[in-house]
Amino acid sequence: MKKTVFVGTLAAAAAIAGTASAAKLDDVKARGELNCGVSTGVNGFSAPDSAGEWQGFDVAVCRAVAAAVLSDPKKVKFVTTTGQTRFTALASGEIDVLARNTTWTFSRDVDLKFTFAGVNYYDGQGFMVNKALGVSSAKELDGATVCIQTGTTTELNLADYFKVNNMSYEPVPIETNAEAQQQYLAGACDVYTTDASGLAATRATFADPENHILLPEIISKEPLGPLVAHGDDQWSEIVMWTLNALIAAEELGVTSANLEELAKGTENPEINRLLGNEGDLGPMFGLDNEWAKRAIMAGGNYGEIFAATIGESTPIGLARGLNAQWTQGGLLYSPPFR
Amino acid sequence: MAMTNESSGASFRPSMLLYDTRYRSMTIQIVVMFMLMAGFAWLVDNTVENLRALGKDFNFNFLSVRAGYDINQRLVEYTNDSSHGRAMLVGLLNTLLLALVSCVTATVIGVIAGVLRLSKNWIVSRLMGLYVEAFRNVPLLLWIIVIFAVMTESMPAPSAFRGENATSSMLFFDTVAITNRGVYVPGPLFTTSLGAINLGIISVSINFLLILAVVVGSLWANIRLLRHATAVQEATGLRPVTWWKSLLILFAPITVVLIALGFHLSYPSLQGFNFQDGTFLRNSFIAMWLALSLYTGAFIAENVRAGILAVSRGQTEAAFALGMRPSWTMNLVILPQALRVIIPPLISQYLNITKNTSLGIAVGYMDLRSTLGGITINQTGRELEGMLLLMLVYLAISLLISGLMNIYNNSVRLKER
Repeated sequence: MKKTVFVGTLAAAAAIAGTASAAKLDDVKARGELNCGVSTGVNGFSAPDSAGEWQGFDVAVCRAVAAAVLSDPKKVKFVTTTGQTRFTALASGEIDVLARNTTWTFSRDVDLKFTFAGVNYYDGQGFMVNKALGVSSAKELDGATVCIQTGTTTELNLADYFKVNNMSYEPVPIETNAEAQQQYLAGACDVYTTDASGLAATRATFADPENHILLPEIISKEPLGPLVAHGDDQWSEIVMWTLNALIAAEELGVTSANLEELAKGTENPEINRLLGNEGDLGPMFGLDNEWAKRAIMAGGNYGEIFAATIGESTPIGLARGLNAQWTQGGLLYSPPFR
Repeated sequence: MAMTNESSGASFRPSMLLYDTRYRSMTIQIVVMFMLMAGFAWLVDNTVENLRALGKDFNFNFLSVRAGYDINQRLVEYTNDSSHGRAMLVGLLNTLLLALVSCVTATVIGVIAGVLRLSKNWIVSRLMGLYVEAFRNVPLLLWIIVIFAVMTESMPAPSAFRGENATSSMLFFDTVAITNRGVYVPGPLFTTSLGAINLGIISVSINFLLILAVVVGSLWANIRLLRHATAVQEATGLRPVTWWKSLLILFAPITVVLIALGFHLSYPSLQGFNFQDGTFLRNSFIAMWLALSLYTGAFIAENVRAGILAVSRGQTEAAFALGMRPSWTMNLVILPQALRVIIPPLISQYLNITKNTSLGIAVGYMDLRSTLGGITINQTGRELEGMLLLMLVYLAISLLISGLMNIYNNSVRLKER
């Protein structure tokens, strides 16, 4: 680990000054491949399937960006990052975009010099415990041993929450989700805490998911989203608007099923602008006019991706909740394509 | 540059810098040095340039910012309200603690295994050979993870100790609990506290200092006693009886002090989710400690064996000829001479232990690497500053150990007159 961070630091230091200023879009096009930072495996968000293909909710964002930029959703190189290595990898240019359930915070945006391209999942930090423990509220966790991924916002939230509620706890610092799962199942910690979506995803992989409960308390706001390095507005806009295109597609009723049909032209000018039949939105940031169409084709619109990776029909079984469209009482709201 | 050298008569030509053996080596050295300096300058310049391009500055102000995270193993006062600098100190002390106990146990294990490997007993020597080869030839990280996994997976959870029909029970008359989170052992407590001395960044308990002073004083007095006995023996040929004086000097003062301070043990007991009271040795600490001791012990065993074999066989025969027992021969004749060979490689083993403590990140041991080099860097985004500081601290620790051990080495090495 030491080496990774250090090599990353060196890479950041020794990267030829030219690459920092050259357009990321040109780099990616020239390389013919998008380097996308993902987790080391959180089921439903980013994990390789039995065939070794990366699948998941965060992965879908990368595939959509690759489809928009390179016309092929398969042209993504997935780089696994831990909570500790992800920012160094992004800052050094090792990855072009980081889609690793990363929380949007002020200091990451301003001080660490990253640009968040929006929110693809509104989450909050929760607690998972074994039913046998007989705990029904996080307020009863005084003195508990808590497994926690280091280098995350959850680590700070946890400290704040126990401090505010005047409780003590014993943190067990852990590097990856898989390690946490092993420790938690072995009973080396009473509680596992991370984003509620991650807990649900982790629980789905247990042999006995019914024996574990998520406590009702959600102790933080965790807006998760893809992010890119500061300094290349064109690139951050491409990622941001690709994400917006997926969200807008759901709102406008564009699905992978009717995409071809709608792409021929519709009565709705917004759909026409989105799919490139009207105006020239794509060329404004260096892509062709069919970029959004390809992005949606990669995995469907936001709702389809959600349903296929983490939705209620999957083992992870997350409800849309805050992640419904604004018209459905959720928080998803894409600015207009105009 | 003076092109000619009038006084020697022979004229100096620039080509002589390359073709004249008198100047050539100097020319090469100067050229290489300039290239090296240029390389360094390029690295520094590039770093500064790129940091500017990223919009980052280079400062250490983050050390005084509130850390916000908790650390489980703390030797000094620390809360999540403390600064990142304080977190670094906690990590540094954890590193030093681990390095210290590992050095001690590795040395003990190493010396025993090294001596036993030379044993004439076939089984003993082969067993030690097996130990050395098994630990020396498997990466340390794997040993750490194996021990950690065994502790975590095969030991009972604290809840197994609970209730009427508990499946696990505490050992040694209910004083030690081995759980999958770590080992709880009785911890020392004092009824009277003499307060603490504040040393600026850390405060040290006066009780602790008092006990330390008494122990050191007793040891020193005992050494004086034995020296005196030796002097008497050399003068008169009769060695005065010292054993009861030694016992008195070593144990009486400390017993008095402990009773005066109201020393008692606090026993771990199951309360709530975990055992409370007593001293908690976390799995991460135990895994690191055991793995570092056993792994480095194997190397030290080989150093010890080499050191013993380096003492000529004639020395043993001479000692036997004088009628010495094998144990005396080893302790009085062989080992003192072998130390001269053992100490220098031992220094590098101690340095290895200290540096290898940074592998603690693999099992979540909150050492310097995990606090400053892990969480702090990650939460503040100061990779370059953090890593440089980390390297500097490890360098300082290593140089210190190296310096101390060299002093010791000078005291035991062959005195040439």
